[in-house]
Amino acid sequence: MIRMEGICKSYHVAKRNAGFKAACRTLFTREYETIRALDQVSFTIGDGEMVGYIGPNGAGKSSTIKILSGILTPDSGECLVNGRTPWKDRINHVRDIGVVFGQRTQLWWDVPVIDSYELLKDIYSISKETYNRNLEELTDLLNLAELLKTPARQLSLGQRMRCEIGASLLHGPKLLFLDEPTIGLDAVSKLAVREFILRQNEEHGTTVILTTHDMQDIEALTKRIILIGKGRVLMDGSLEQIRQGGENIDETVAQLYRAYDI
Amino acid sequence: MKKYISFFRLRFVMGLSYRAAAWAGIATQFVWGGMEIAMFRAFYGAEPEHFPMTMDGAVSYVWLQQAFLALFAAWMLEGEVFESIKDGNIAYEMCRPMGLYPMLFVRAMAMRVSRAALRCGPVLLFAALLPGPYGLKAPGEGQLGLFLAAMVLGVLVTVALGTLIYGITFYTISPEGLRLLVTSAMDFFNGAIIPLPFFPDEMRRIMEILPFAAMQNVPLRVYSGDLQGEAALRAVALQVLWLAVLVALGRAVMAGAERKLAVQGG
Repeated sequence: MIRMEGICKSYHVAKRNAGFKAACRTLFTREYETIRALDQVSFTIGDGEMVGYIGPNGAGKSSTIKILSGILTPDSGECLVNGRTPWKDRINHVRDIGVVFGQRTQLWWDVPVIDSYELLKDIYSISKETYNRNLEELTDLLNLAELLKTPARQLSLGQRMRCEIGASLLHGPKLLFLDEPTIGLDAVSKLAVREFILRQNEEHGTTVILTTHDMQDIEALTKRIILIGKGRVLMDGSLEQIRQGGENIDETVAQLYRAYDI
Repeated sequence: MKKYISFFRLRFVMGLSYRAAAWAGIATQFVWGGMEIAMFRAFYGAEPEHFPMTMDGAVSYVWLQQAFLALFAAWMLEGEVFESIKDGNIAYEMCRPMGLYPMLFVRAMAMRVSRAALRCGPVLLFAALLPGPYGLKAPGEGQLGLFLAAMVLGVLVTVALGTLIYGITFYTISPEGLRLLVTSAMDFFNGAIIPLPFFPDEMRRIMEILPFAAMQNVPLRVYSGDLQGEAALRAVALQVLWLAVLVALGRAVMAGAERKLAVQGG
């Protein structure tokens, strides 16, 4: 159970004009601009739900995921994930969650993937039986058998992403946060990742929050959509609700963005 | 405990996969050690009475320093950690059920110990076999225990300072300036370039109180018999003190970073 209420977060961003003169001036005076990344964000997500969290670039999606993962402290507001406040009780909180940041890597670059997995096993204190069972299942579903012995640096993006998702699920988390998990993947890998997420949700009742720009991800995976723009939750509803006609999902979302002027 | 050992294992495996680097490192250390000893030999030949350490002592200092370079070298910080703070990959490390400080401390420790373990053998063996004044001597009577204690403390202090630098990098974002400043200061003040006894007395007295002297300076000088008795015990006590201070400081800095700072990148 995830409950977010009135979460606000703003960043100070140093700004300057282009050019040498402007750069020199910032040595002495700096102009900061306050960006409200999240403005009174509230929502509740039940156990076993799959939610698509969408919005244009810079809408605040990643900030929300970071707050939910306990690695970012909001300025104000309340957030409870399974009864815990993520940033206050980070270490206990993260035992229950799995996170995939599509643009980052958690695998050790120079060693075979399986070595990174073994390290995670010890970091999360996963028992041998659980580890073997989860590893076997993940290897099977994500088709990792050949990849595990390869150093991470020699994997293609799609192969690596499958390994990343596997790494985030070794400890059998109840909650899974996916931040653009299909970014840059080819059609085959995308389908494989989607099917895997669906099965994970069906078989283990894992709660999934997914951010993406790929509307087909949303169509394939989620029933509920939360639309965020300029740091505010603009819409929270089902896919059918926002798609009034039978038109293309990308069109629908583009229209939404325009309608809300975000 | 197991998670900490696991870091060592992974680091060790990684070290083994860079065989060429390990061999090149060993070769460098032979050449470097040989050069330093040739230099000391020249000084000693000219004016032995002004030599603040015995020739034997200085030679042992150099060989141990070369053998355990990976344990004490100030500049040996993990580029990957700096990178991940800069580009935000550290987000993943913050999603682990471990404190950030213990994790980075253990990682740094694992890196140093595994590198040293792979490289110290050949240098120690070779140095022990060298004849007469050019070889590594056995430690003085009753110095071995104190040497080992000082060595463990020295490594811990080195790692604690390194981890503090990682912590500060969360605030400055770009590690380059700080890293350059601190590592060059460390190399100078910790006796990596010239052993501290060779500095003028007044300067040396100040340098010996600084945290930098609590790193390789103490174990290497205890081994070579340059620090003995009460002076040695005082130096070891100072190591304990600096370790406590640096760990407390590092923890505070890192805790602040965890609370206040944003992970870079979307």
